[in-house]
Amino acid sequence: MAGKTLYDKLWDSHLVREDTSGTSLIYIDRQLIHEVTSPQAFEGLRLEGRKSWRQSANVAVPDHNIPTKDRHLGITDPVSNVQVDTLSENCADFGIKEFSMSDPNQGIVHVIGPEQGLTLPGMTIVCGDSHTSTHGALGALAFGIGTSEVEHVLATQCLIQKKSKNMLISVNGKLNIGVTAKDMILYIIGQIGTAGGTGFSIEFSGEAIQNLSMESRMTICNMAIEAGARSGMIAVDQVTIDYIKGRPFSPTANEWEKAVSSWKNLKSDSDAIFDKVIQIDASSINSMVTWGTSPEMVTEVSGTIPISDNRNSSTIDAALDYMGLTSGTAIKDIHLDKIFIGSCTNSRIEDLRLAANILKGQQIADSIKLALVVPGSGPVKKQAEEEGLDKIFIDSGFEWREPGCSMCLAMNADYLEPGERCASTSNRNFEGRQGQGGRTHLVSPIMAAAAAIEGHFTNVSKYLDN
Amino acid sequence: MDRFKTFTGVIAPLNRDNVDTDAIIPKQFLKSINRSGFGDNLFDEWRYLDHGEPGQDCSNRPLNLDFVLNQKRYMNSGILLTRSNFGCGSSREHAPWALDNYGFRVIIAESYADIFYNNCFKNGILPICLTEGIINSLFELTLAKPGYTLTVDLEAQIIADPLDTRIYFEIEKFRKDALLGGLDEIGQTLTHTDIIKKFEKKHRDANPWLFRSL
Ligand code: SF4
Repeated sequence: MAGKTLYDKLWDSHLVREDTSGTSLIYIDRQLIHEVTSPQAFEGLRLEGRKSWRQSANVAVPDHNIPTKDRHLGITDPVSNVQVDTLSENCADFGIKEFSMSDPNQGIVHVIGPEQGLTLPGMTIVCGDSHTSTHGALGALAFGIGTSEVEHVLATQCLIQKKSKNMLISVNGKLNIGVTAKDMILYIIGQIGTAGGTGFSIEFSGEAIQNLSMESRMTICNMAIEAGARSGMIAVDQVTIDYIKGRPFSPTANEWEKAVSSWKNLKSDSDAIFDKVIQIDASSINSMVTWGTSPEMVTEVSGTIPISDNRNSSTIDAALDYMGLTSGTAIKDIHLDKIFIGSCTNSRIEDLRLAANILKGQQIADSIKLALVVPGSGPVKKQAEEEGLDKIFIDSGFEWREPGCSMCLAMNADYLEPGERCASTSNRNFEGRQGQGGRTHLVSPIMAAAAAIEGHFTNVSKYLDN
Repeated sequence: MDRFKTFTGVIAPLNRDNVDTDAIIPKQFLKSINRSGFGDNLFDEWRYLDHGEPGQDCSNRPLNLDFVLNQKRYMNSGILLTRSNFGCGSSREHAPWALDNYGFRVIIAESYADIFYNNCFKNGILPICLTEGIINSLFELTLAKPGYTLTVDLEAQIIADPLDTRIYFEIEKFRKDALLGGLDEIGQTLTHTDIIKKFEKKHRDANPWLFRSL
């Protein structure tokens, strides 16, 4: 019999029962909850008189709606305020731990899970949020669910699921200097398309993946959903174990050794069979910039906007029309109005270090109306301040904000005005994502910083230390 | 979950790939803590010329007359015809809630994003997958014949038009059964409480660190 993939192992170890109809009941170890996709789930429980199955499996945090400025003044938008208050009330009523807006450890749900040791290898992790795939970077099975499923997990600690297929994306060789995990995942999405991973769980492997830090691995798995896969994952190795050690909710004392020895098995067997295998040569990846309204509309910074072909001409034409761009334009000639460094893709300490390293002693271009850095969590912000990164950002012309989702989806006061163009380290360039009529270009933190200095996209190599 | 057996409705053609959940229901409407009231804001940024805010009366807003749902022949449609990877993006169940509140009970596309597809079934919406060739001919028929109507029979897995075209569609058995029965899934799972408890004990014994109190 062939060996098992990492996904097979995670699935099998959480299988409660299989149904003759082809579905399975899967046990869920951790549910992360935020204010936007949970109120209707708690309401559903109340209507049926149901309780939470295991309170300590759940952790909640408000992140989508909250202000990143003048937080002591509270939330001025009354509708957002009700939603954030509702989360606190629901957590109190159902006995669920919440990192409230004023908690020093508050942050984006996908940043604080790993940071607090609430995300551990071997777990099944769900959240009413598609970027739950992020947590797979620690060797967990993590995926986004809808609100009905949030309610299902709260009530039963289980989910009805159908097993997905296995895909392996192996990135071989070494990355070029100045090329980051963000460029790598944008490149992959450009290769396989936004529906390329539909129906699959993707495992990322290969030398270039193994060489990544934990933060960078999270950037990769974060955007597995943009490749159509509900979950992305990376095998556990020493990098994973070193990252987890000593975090607030990580296993301690005698449990630690036992946990580590069980985690060491969290990798695909050498004879495991994948339904699909994709090989990528790391050295062929360069700095990437999206030019359209889907993450697959992406090219190298040295490239030009492509010409539409027959199959997808209406889609590409609509995208270019929305973006105010034309085929054949050089990416470096695209001028920007705003810069956003943040989101669950690129708001961890390493991302901020990369951007600050570019901005040291530099000024952002006069034509940039607003440049924002929004750290992913309270601890990221604190760490950055201890390292003096906040000063570098502020001195160069960036604003230094409080943690949250912010301009990644613009549910709070941080958004693009119609027609404004933004270089953003977030994950989605959909129409209206960063504000109605706003135009988003997805890039790495290095590119966002370099573009802020020049006011347009540019070759980042001149800003890199030798 | 709402029950679904058969449905007859006018088709509205949305000729795009990768229609994402931000387009289906923009984020400002996600601030609601309710499950209904999203229908007026379905495709808000495409449907209206102004910027929509939650709680606004939409009856006086300026319409984008180029958008398909604002064309007279497609008003009151109940079946949405579109292209590939429909519903990509976020996990927001507000997307199927908005489609349902508007009156769409069936979607026909080449493919869907996984989470969206799953969310449809939780809300009594039937998402049907057909091949690019069949989708092309449905687009042609819809554009050629004002008021083009289809009847969808889930039990028989057949789509029929008044001209006697019959299209068979595939659907996984468990999804079909759930829609036909309109089952309370949580109630169903809770009938397995003993098995879940047994699993949980074994799992806790093997991995005690996963059960730490917070
Ligand atoms: S940062 Fe953006 S993608 Fe991440 S959870 Fe928040 S809104 Fe979603």
